[in-house]
Amino acid sequence: MAETSGDRGFREGAVAVVPMAVAVFGFGLSYGVLARAAGMGGVAPVVMSVTTFAGSAQFAAASVLQAGGAAATAALSALMLNARYLPIGVTVAPWLGGGLWSRLLHAHLTVDESWVIAAEGTGRWNPRVLLAAGTGLWIAWILGTLGGVLFGNVIGDPARLGLDAAFPALFLALLVPQLRSRERSTEVAGLRIGAPPPAIAALLGAAIALALTPFTPAGVPIVAAGAACLIGLRRQP
Amino acid sequence: MSDVWIVVIVSGVGTLALKATGPVLLGGRPLPDRFTGIVGLLGPALLAALVAIGTFANGQRLVVDGRALGVGAAAVAIRFHAPVLIVVIIAAAVTATARALTG
Repeated sequence: MAETSGDRGFREGAVAVVPMAVAVFGFGLSYGVLARAAGMGGVAPVVMSVTTFAGSAQFAAASVLQAGGAAATAALSALMLNARYLPIGVTVAPWLGGGLWSRLLHAHLTVDESWVIAAEGTGRWNPRVLLAAGTGLWIAWILGTLGGVLFGNVIGDPARLGLDAAFPALFLALLVPQLRSRERSTEVAGLRIGAPPPAIAALLGAAIALALTPFTPAGVPIVAAGAACLIGLRRQP
Repeated sequence: MSDVWIVVIVSGVGTLALKATGPVLLGGRPLPDRFTGIVGLLGPALLAALVAIGTFANGQRLVVDGRALGVGAAAVAIRFHAPVLIVVIIAAAVTATARALTG
């Protein structure tokens, strides 16, 4: 197994995740409301939150169903939005050395937020923090969904509450600490740019995503944006 | 089986397959040195894309609406080191207010 990184444990992961779990509970509420309004019933949205456990993908599937789209289209758009979890899974893999079930559990609990909380920097991840943070987010997401399907008529339209803007705000709060780096400049295609590599990767990722949005199905722009990390590819010695 | 349950099952199985491919096939083994520079940059690239899409995309259209104000206010709050929960609440409150005012 790769050298386990950092001295943070379950406790640190559980503490770090609390504010995000509260926010995710709110997203869960709005998902429950929307899924119910989309005709998914009361049980299926909760089962989907337990199994798929990926906010944006579940919103996408619900909105396709609501618009009268086919089941295949709804499932495909969810999977396109989750395609980023393939490379994300590869990044945490070196730190998951347990048995098959342990790896599957860690993989299931890997979502954007737990992945970021568990990052130790310089491409290292902490499996204990991942497990604790992922479990906290999972429970919050499931309970939120349950609340949404049960009390949807009390909550009303989530867009009126601005909950759709809370998602990008949370991701922005996760992004900013990742922009710091010891390297002060980046070499891209032989050019030296006076900004750290994570900042260049972020700008490039956002630009790719926005440029592709009008022309590709949802999810594709996000996966393509991931390619911005290739600026970190080291030359073969 | 109803369409809804087909979506739930396909999405659940497919998502776990996407998440678990790396850990199951490569688990416990270090990535080649060449790639260590890449994996640290995947986070910033993906998160920035999620911010951009979540702020400006409405389906396949790019729009500037109440969300841009909300996320802008969140950026200011982050600049002043506000806790994550406060950042999220500010974004939602500003967006909701902008929507209420513009009808």
